Amino acid sequence: MKIGYFPGCSLHATAREYAESLGVITGPLDVEINEIDDWACCGATSAHATNHLLGVALPARTLALAAEQGHEQILAPCAACYSRLAAARRAVDNDPATGAAVEKAIGRSVGTARPISLVRLLAELAPKVREKAKRPLEDIKVACYYGCLLVRPPELNDLDDVEAPTMMETVVKATGAKPVSWNRRLDCCGGGFSLSRTSSVVRLSRTILEDARGAGADVLVVACPMCHSNLDFRQKAIARRSEGGMDIPVIYLSQLVGLALGQDHVALGLGRHFVSTASFISRIPGPREGESAAATEVG
Amino acid sequence: MARIGVFVCHCGENIGRTVDCEAVANACGELPGVVHAVDYKYMCSDPGQNLIKEAIAEKNLTGVVVAACSPHMHEKTFRKATEGAGLNPYLCEMTNIREQCSWIHEDRDAATAKAIDLTRFISEKIKRNSPLAPISISLERRALVIGGGISGLQAALDMADGGREVVLVEKQPSIGGHMSRLSETFPTLDCSQCILTPRMVEVHQHPRIKLLTYSEIESVDGYIGNFSVKIRKKARGVDETRCNGCGECQSVCPMKKIPSEFDAGLGNRTAIYVPFPQAVPNIPVIDRENCLRIKGMQKKKAKAACGRCAEACGRDAIDFEQEDTFVTEKVGAIVVATGYQLYSIGKEQTRKGITGYGEYGYGTVPDVIDGMQFERIASASGPSGGEIVRPSDGKVPKRVVFLQCIGSREPSKGIEYCSKLCCMYVAKHTMLYRHKVHDGEAIVFYMDIRAGGKGYDEFVRRAIEEDGAKYIRGRVSSIQREGEKVRLTGFDTLSGEQMEIDADMVVLATAMQAQPGIESLAQKLSVSYDGHGFINEAHPKLRPVDTNTAGVFVAGACQAPRDIPDSVAMASATASKVLGMFSKERLEREPTVAGVDKVTCSGCFHCERACPYGAVERYEVLNRSGEVEKVIAEVNEGVCQGCGSCQVACPSKSIELEGFTDAQIFAAINAL
Amino acid sequence: MSIPESAAPATLAGEVRRKTGLNPATCYQCGKCSAGCPMAVETSLRPHDVLRMLQFDDREQLLSSESIWLCLTCETCTARCPNSCDPARIIDCLRETALNEGAAQPPRNIRAFHNAFLKQIQRSGRLFEMGLIMSYKMRSGALFADVMAAPGMLGRGKLALAPSRIQGLEEIRRIFDACTRHESDSTSTTTAQQNPGTEGAENA
Repeated sequence: MKIGYFPGCSLHATAREYAESLGVITGPLDVEINEIDDWACCGATSAHATNHLLGVALPARTLALAAEQGHEQILAPCAACYSRLAAARRAVDNDPATGAAVEKAIGRSVGTARPISLVRLLAELAPKVREKAKRPLEDIKVACYYGCLLVRPPELNDLDDVEAPTMMETVVKATGAKPVSWNRRLDCCGGGFSLSRTSSVVRLSRTILEDARGAGADVLVVACPMCHSNLDFRQKAIARRSEGGMDIPVIYLSQLVGLALGQDHVALGLGRHFVSTASFISRIPGPREGESAAATEVG
Repeated sequence: MARIGVFVCHCGENIGRTVDCEAVANACGELPGVVHAVDYKYMCSDPGQNLIKEAIAEKNLTGVVVAACSPHMHEKTFRKATEGAGLNPYLCEMTNIREQCSWIHEDRDAATAKAIDLTRFISEKIKRNSPLAPISISLERRALVIGGGISGLQAALDMADGGREVVLVEKQPSIGGHMSRLSETFPTLDCSQCILTPRMVEVHQHPRIKLLTYSEIESVDGYIGNFSVKIRKKARGVDETRCNGCGECQSVCPMKKIPSEFDAGLGNRTAIYVPFPQAVPNIPVIDRENCLRIKGMQKKKAKAACGRCAEACGRDAIDFEQEDTFVTEKVGAIVVATGYQLYSIGKEQTRKGITGYGEYGYGTVPDVIDGMQFERIASASGPSGGEIVRPSDGKVPKRVVFLQCIGSREPSKGIEYCSKLCCMYVAKHTMLYRHKVHDGEAIVFYMDIRAGGKGYDEFVRRAIEEDGAKYIRGRVSSIQREGEKVRLTGFDTLSGEQMEIDADMVVLATAMQAQPGIESLAQKLSVSYDGHGFINEAHPKLRPVDTNTAGVFVAGACQAPRDIPDSVAMASATASKVLGMFSKERLEREPTVAGVDKVTCSGCFHCERACPYGAVERYEVLNRSGEVEKVIAEVNEGVCQGCGSCQVACPSKSIELEGFTDAQIFAAINAL
Repeated sequence: MSIPESAAPATLAGEVRRKTGLNPATCYQCGKCSAGCPMAVETSLRPHDVLRMLQFDDREQLLSSESIWLCLTCETCTARCPNSCDPARIIDCLRETALNEGAAQPPRNIRAFHNAFLKQIQRSGRLFEMGLIMSYKMRSGALFADVMAAPGMLGRGKLALAPSRIQGLEEIRRIFDACTRHESDSTSTTTAQQNPGTEGAENA
């Protein structure tokens, strides 16, 4: 399977462990990802909150490049990037006036490439994950956190259900780990207010972390760099305002899959988190006998 | 020689504002064959009609043209007046200068010219009209009622008490419908079963009601007065003539954990079962999906599985081999009373375009139930014997939150209409709850309270003022499990506060929907239905219980969401319609039907394919020695609706609609 | 019979309808949006208040309200709205309109963030997070917030030290210009001062 790959800005910087883990798991899962040449930022919240057309045109350029470079599908691991690409796709497909304005602005034909989120891709590959899993994660309790942009708005939902999605849980079950049942998996973490209104992010992320902890989760799994940064990087600040402290590792879904596939935790970027993953990793037994973890050089 | 009278109506200002009626009358007075032309303010009034009658007598008219509103409004009026003056009523025609002229134009001169054209058009047609007489058709004075809920029972009883035979078909094993499952009823809090079961027994014992339960309509043929209905009697697995309802079979059945449909899944039943103790008839049915014996037979197992009920039956009534049978009933009128289903809150939907509420956790968060489940919990005949307990752990809930408008008025889930009775049953639920749990708290989230009806608003006020229900105007965003509690995140739009409430139980007041499969029944009956599957009435105000097919009537919640009083009123209305129709020996109908020229018809049967009503039949022309010479078309005057499709399709011009012959139509067109 | 659009007075609701195809009159004020809004405890206007004020054309208060800038666009309101009013899209549209009319009063921090973000993209085509943080701090005046985080980020290899520029930078700038022009054309009263696109273009 060959698909286009739109890393977005985060996967080249603050979420580089997301990119690293993705690079490590695609091989065993027989997926070839090709980074779109000369992609630009999707504009994120800032573009669509201030200029609607700009919020569509920037991601539409990426769709156009993907099509020009021969891709039918573009993997956008970042939930925010996925959402913007999907919004552009929809705007161009459903509204001829916007479509024309966009093509005029970008000076290209948008083409027909469609974005896919990492959660959907992995859910579709779940049988393969199960088949290739080398390391039993049976004792690991996982809180799957979807956040907003993978499921909302409903017309851009890439998953099975807006209010009761199950795709992340499907992937987690394929790794052998146990998804816990909890309430806040669709709540907002504060998203793009990370820098500009940290107090809101702390308030919202705290309720999410506390609920996950209350449900007995060992680890919180995410598929969005923004959520990750709010829940991991801000966790220390949150813990200060929370009773009984807070110590929940927050990892990417691709990292959990990588662990199950027997990949080395350094290669998966598990050492890059602010909340230490060491105690959680130490609880996972090594690969089953006769098999060795494929260590990859850390970039 | 034609002597036509033209009568131009002002309809007050309706026509007169845009059309110069006097000018129309003057112009028409000059038309060939027109000997009399006048205008008048209200032609439909008594003085107006008298103008027509006097002119017929004085001018010896051979045709009357009334230029006024749509014939749908007043054709009958003017034809009666014409008949009253001794002229055949079919020699009177209307031309529509209101809906098709004055209402849709602004330019007075152009509208007046058009009104003249329209009138000239009809006055040329009417010169070729011939006198017609109403057609008389035979009438089977028995009725069929489809559906054995409160609407069907009421319609059947009223017609049977009126002296006519009734066939009542119910698809469930027992009659009683949804009403038999309710605890108490608003606004009087009578026990639902206490007022319903006497009706059920009365139907069962009535000498003129033939009751067919566990049966469905297979096909419908015929027309008003002469329907022939094929009914499928589903295999019950129990011989109704032998069973005495002792219940031994149920007590020995090993399948004891099947969720009971009657108890909305809160209680259990066996595989051979009577749905509820007061069921009519009190004869069990075998659930073929769950019976071990029948499942074994289907898998063709050599050794017979189970069969304990048959062993226990002292009357040899159990028959595993029984198959569906068919009966055909001849009836003159049909009452459709198939009722409703409740909206499904979860993912599973029976109708296209409808979605559930993932955000309310129904089916995943314990103790989130729907209104019918609360009815069963509150009902003395229910699984908890009427004690208010929550399903998860049997504890008495101390705080119950009721949410209104679940599915109703929610276009984003696929239903935009108001289900009308949820406001009332929620108020009732809060009362029942507070009457039984004195220290309990009842909280209601509502958008609007719609309590129009006798004693209805007073009832809601009583729930609030006397029984202490707390009403919050707003909706709930999500429902989640929080330990042993159910947590709701809502908003009070009156105080402007976001609120989080931890409840012990949540009751969702779900919308009413049309029955699944209603479309296929409607198609069998040739009646129309709306986008939601509710049967359409013939006119929303003036013909609320007629359908667009003559002889088929509609009662209760299959037409729109209806409560019990509305359903009963509608049912009695259908009975009165049917009894009125049955008061005559034969039916009279409009003579505007198609007829075949037996000489020129070549028997190609294009007309048969063109007819949407199946009115064209085959007629064998015999020669003198009694052999079939040719097969030609013949129109069944009872079925023909006078649409004219056959006339257009006929290549040899051998089939014509009375009152709309080619000669009439072409003469009219040539006049323009 | 409905009132033809040409006959409708020029209201803010009418403007929103033209731009988004959404009719604010469809809101029946059930409050489900505000029930699930994660920011409702912090804002003076909740989603249903915004719709209510649109229905009564309270233009000044709406466009100058801080609340529209506190929307996270988490879309919970839109996902659960029973009448498909799409409050999130409407709030987006209000922010845009406020910017174009120069009526916007976004909190300094949020405006600074959006400006810094878009300027980054205009300069290099991609986000250079270190640059974003510095630029944001200059614009917001929040010079010392999160300062301690940088060493942690660097230590974990999470911050690039130099921006990466894409080849098609000219193209990106053209897109910014085209979109800014498009917005100005579709708005009656335009003061471009606060439009981040324009500002970026001047600085570039």
